[in-house]
Amino acid sequence: MTTSTLQIRTPEGIVFSQEIAGPVTRFLAWMLDAVCVYAILYVLTLVLRLLSIFSDNLSTALQVLGFFVISIGYGIACEWYWRGQTVGKRLYRLRVVDAEGLRLHFSQIVLRNLLRAVDGLPLFYFLGGLVCWFTPKCQRLGDIAGNTLVIHQPELAEPNLDQLLAGKFNSLRAYPHLAARLRQLVAPGEAAIALQAVLRRDTFDAVSRVELFAELAGHFRAKVTFPAEATEGITDEQFIRNVVDVVYRSRVENKPAVTA
Amino acid sequence: MIIDLERFLATERTCWTELENLLDRLEADPGRKLSLAQLRHFHELYERTAADLAKITTFSSEPQTRRYLENLVARAYGEIHETRQRQQRFSLKQWFTQELPRTFRKHVRAFWLSLGITLAGCAFGGLAILLDPSSKAVLMPFEHLQQDPAKRVADEENAQDDKLAGHKATFSAELMTHNTRISINTMALGMTYGFGTIVLLFYNGVTLGAVAADYLHAGQALFLFGWLLPHGVIEIPAILIAGQAGLVLAGALIGWGRRIPLRARLREVSRSLVTLIFGVGLLLTWAGFVESFLSQYHEPVIPYAVKIAFGVVELALLIFFLAKSGRTPKAAATAPSP
Repeated sequence: MTTSTLQIRTPEGIVFSQEIAGPVTRFLAWMLDAVCVYAILYVLTLVLRLLSIFSDNLSTALQVLGFFVISIGYGIACEWYWRGQTVGKRLYRLRVVDAEGLRLHFSQIVLRNLLRAVDGLPLFYFLGGLVCWFTPKCQRLGDIAGNTLVIHQPELAEPNLDQLLAGKFNSLRAYPHLAARLRQLVAPGEAAIALQAVLRRDTFDAVSRVELFAELAGHFRAKVTFPAEATEGITDEQFIRNVVDVVYRSRVENKPAVTA
Repeated sequence: MIIDLERFLATERTCWTELENLLDRLEADPGRKLSLAQLRHFHELYERTAADLAKITTFSSEPQTRRYLENLVARAYGEIHETRQRQQRFSLKQWFTQELPRTFRKHVRAFWLSLGITLAGCAFGGLAILLDPSSKAVLMPFEHLQQDPAKRVADEENAQDDKLAGHKATFSAELMTHNTRISINTMALGMTYGFGTIVLLFYNGVTLGAVAADYLHAGQALFLFGWLLPHGVIEIPAILIAGQAGLVLAGALIGWGRRIPLRARLREVSRSLVTLIFGVGLLLTWAGFVESFLSQYHEPVIPYAVKIAFGVVELALLIFFLAKSGRTPKAAATAPSP
């Protein structure tokens, strides 16, 4: 495996990327799907056995057909209905997409699923896994034939800055010229780290949280020196929250301030 | 410079939400058509969102919004830049009477190649069984084919009981699923640059040739045709079509004399492959019924002439269907467009 992202440049010059799922995650999703198929078959068998009251022959025939249709059609039906996802893929946040970022067609889904017959050789997707491991975009043979990729989709949500910062008093804003300089000096990457630290602060353990914010505060304090009255009496974490507020929200709020 | 994220979100969110809703509707209904005004608006929304993505990538590394916009732009990009024919509402009748035979004819050279490989296998199997009768167990590894043809014919014709009584439907379902699975494998093995497909077609031919030679050599031609024709005239072409699909796939992989990239070649044939393999499934479903409910009954239950006639009619219909169905009338095809 040499690449972990699919990068597409549109004719308008915009580049977007999607994270390609690795073989291990895909295998785990497949195992989950195998359990689902087994469960569906089990339920189907129980239901069809009831038919044997009328005809043993018909019941067995339908079980044979049901086994075939479900084992072949499960992936096709799920991926078509859920736009590239099965139960396993949904749980692991994976999705089948067109290799060139175009619309996924039904024929692509059918092809990648039918070629499981070859990918599964000799056992447990050994061939498919091997091909997947060595192709740059982690494609098994079915993906190559169907022109598809499996990507990992993180949870999509817009940042809700209001929850963290709105309405709180920000001592740094008392010095607009220094706040402007801070905005000017902070690189997007640095700002993103500070924002992520604030957004995810509740997931850290206590010691790590104190250490992380101390390190970040040291870094940002070195960029612009605010007067002592703006920084005294507030924790490193509060200082970083103020920095994030200044960097990401340049407008001066008209809302009534509440002491932090 | 870092953009004012809050203001940015507040001003642009309506555009993103509108684009997201439009994409949801388009994806939920592939047959949906947009008017020219709607298309223009869709394109404007896409361009604005793409510009927002460029902006947020350049001026802020805020990852959540970037991911959200990347996802949105990716979905819209797929809709706008797609050049393949838009998926219409599926019509089984149109697919069966037009698309399937047209696709078969489009790739008919691969079918002839598939037939040629099978015939080569037949010749090999036939010669092998005639030259070395002891190879029967290897060439025809099926229990009911191991006995002497004349004895089997006598047993079948003198049988008092219906050996399939009570499990005809099960036998039929087993035949359908087994043959369809073999056909899918034959197509899928096209990914081995056609090697696996060729091996399966040849092997199938060897078995067929050996069985035919064995029964013909034993003077049981009438039984052979009465037994094989009703289902074989559908089943064997179905396997050949599966081989055709495998060879089409292999051809796209190899790309002889084609100067287009592998992805484009595979994209060209993917719909054809799926059409052919679904057609194969349909043919094998019919063949499964016939084999279970008709082929296994011999004289005096069903006269051989009736079975052979049935097979010949089926074959004629199949050839007519594949050769003629879905053809555009010449007059219409050559008429000048208005």
